[in-house]
Amino acid sequence: MHTRREFLTAAGAGGACAAARPAEAAISRPPREMPPAAVGMLIDSTLCIGCQACVAACRDANGVEVEDTPFALAGWNAARTWDTALDLDGRTLNVIKVWRDGTAEVKDRASDGFAFAKRHCLHCVDPSCVSVCPVSAMRKDPETGIVSYDPDACIGCRYCTYGCPFGVPQFDLAVPAGKINKCEMCRHLQAEGRIPACCDVCPTGASLFGPVAALQEEADRRLAAAAGATTTFPRGDIREDRPRHEGVVPAYLQHTFGETEVGGTQVRYLSAVPFANLGLPTLPDFAPSRLSEGIQHTLYRWLAAPVLAVIGVAFLVRRNRIRQARDTGREL
Amino acid sequence: MAASAERLRAPLITPLTLVLGLLAAVAAYFVVQRFALGLGAVTNINAGYPWGIWVVIDVVIGSAIGCGGFAMALLIYVFNRGEHSPLMRPALLGGLFGYTLAGAAVLIDLGRWWQFYNLVLPWHMNPNSVMLEIGLCVMLYVVVLWLEFSPAILERLGWTGWQRRIDGIMWLLIALGIVLPFMHQSSLGSALIVLGTKIDPVYQTPFLPLLFVTSALAMGWGVVIAEATTVSHSFRRPSEHRLIVRIARVVGWLLLVWVAGRFVGLMVRGALGGVFAGSAAAATFWVETALALFATAVCLSPAWRRSEPLMLLAGLAIILFGALYRFAAYLVAYHPVGSYSYAPSVPELTVTIGIIALEILLYLSFVKLFPVLHATRRAPAQA
Repeated sequence: MHTRREFLTAAGAGGACAAARPAEAAISRPPREMPPAAVGMLIDSTLCIGCQACVAACRDANGVEVEDTPFALAGWNAARTWDTALDLDGRTLNVIKVWRDGTAEVKDRASDGFAFAKRHCLHCVDPSCVSVCPVSAMRKDPETGIVSYDPDACIGCRYCTYGCPFGVPQFDLAVPAGKINKCEMCRHLQAEGRIPACCDVCPTGASLFGPVAALQEEADRRLAAAAGATTTFPRGDIREDRPRHEGVVPAYLQHTFGETEVGGTQVRYLSAVPFANLGLPTLPDFAPSRLSEGIQHTLYRWLAAPVLAVIGVAFLVRRNRIRQARDTGREL
Repeated sequence: MAASAERLRAPLITPLTLVLGLLAAVAAYFVVQRFALGLGAVTNINAGYPWGIWVVIDVVIGSAIGCGGFAMALLIYVFNRGEHSPLMRPALLGGLFGYTLAGAAVLIDLGRWWQFYNLVLPWHMNPNSVMLEIGLCVMLYVVVLWLEFSPAILERLGWTGWQRRIDGIMWLLIALGIVLPFMHQSSLGSALIVLGTKIDPVYQTPFLPLLFVTSALAMGWGVVIAEATTVSHSFRRPSEHRLIVRIARVVGWLLLVWVAGRFVGLMVRGALGGVFAGSAAAATFWVETALALFATAVCLSPAWRRSEPLMLLAGLAIILFGALYRFAAYLVAYHPVGSYSYAPSVPELTVTIGIIALEILLYLSFVKLFPVLHATRRAPAQA
């Protein structure tokens, strides 16, 4: 049921799978299912006020030093009072970016407006980084779906960075023994029954933690509400009853980013400005690792083709070497 | 073949080898710096471009240029063109250093190089990873290349016992030396499929493995053509032109089919519009096409391929074509997420140049130390 409709959708989205045709569908492996206890985040750009409490909390929770981008004025930030991370990098797991257009007068408006974007790992349902990692340093938890990283396995090839459709995993290039850094949804806190630091501190519920299904229900509720109406927004963990805050329903784009993109993600976005403006690329619904793995496993199933090839070629080589030796009268 | 090779009687140290050694030494300085201070201190790779020229030139292109041994073995032992065997050892030697130094370049580029052995630990292996296939296959192939070449060294050392033992399994080594490059050279193309829309539709296709392995084969023959012409000229040895012309016919047809197949593929996928888009990927596409068609014209025209200078140009055009195709697929057609750009730093470039210099230096030294080039006294009979 998946194949044809999914391929046509992907074809509509353009790009690599614009080519998607039955032959490609046949060779691709089936899509991965959402893990049973999948947790994620709902990030509502319209609720974000750009306070960056989540960025600071992320650094605390993960023991990452404040970023001090060297500016012209030497020593201006010697005390590291200010965090100057401009984007995700080898140390910054989470960052708030601002998008501006023209005079940037009105929040969440596409022209002459601005909007905030929270950037970190989206914890794909069918993650490319997990597919490409040669040494299984990137793993997807079969229960929670959290995409984790193991520096003791990693060889530092950076294929995960190269392959990630969202530009998330980053290698720390500034030190001799760097490692990949990416958001692991504060799995160490979750193991203690806590929630990711960014969602815990978000004052407006712009970063909301919870089971993916519940979060999608909440997203659908917001999208269904009439723009301009008053509603309440949950904060922290969607399953907890922290005090909600009241607000006006913004003019949402009628799409939850991550519901279908590259096979779905566990971190999903709502926005009133095009998602591309928030640094979220326009992507087909098809996870490209389905095709690459499909091709690879067709060529290398049980290593049958390579083994048969070696046997066949070895036979020809033996025969031809004997013939050539006979013809030239030379020894082998 | 073993009986008809001899070492080149020429001084090991010449002004050229001194320059090559100097280039390699400068590169070594920056390699030390890279290990002491980190990748960021030496290279310009960044959050958007995690792979720079150390991966794309030193490994992806470098290994394809090292496909001479693979391409000649296919011709000589599978298609039974025994008359080409005088070109086998020189081609093998080029591959030996192309691959050995590509392996060294991988270690320099790996961010956590001290854990590279995780690749061979079964409990770490991820069979879904194209990179795993490339890593294991290239490691094995480097071993095969050294064993395949070892008779030249054993012959010089006079270790006839070992020579006989290696010769006993040579059929298997040659077979592995043909199948393994088919595997990892195609995988170097497969490696881009998972990038999906991050690779321009002009380059992104499920046929990447086929396009990569066939162009690597063409490059292997291109290298043999350029190498044989250059070596016979610069060392005043008898010309191998008669043999080169035969290779040219094969590679000419291969390139023609390659270019036509690529066009058909773009048409079938509805991506042909992209080549008229005025993008950087479209530009490299046309330059590659022009280089391939020039080489095809020379290789397939009976009049043109008689000319040694034209054949040398064709050989170089094939190498350039394949190199540009790889460079473009990995870096030009690649669209990072976010507004990043990449141009190699001077130290980064220096390391790449140093590795190439070291390859040439080792090649030149080995043909003078070991019986690689085919013996001149037999030349009248064969060339």
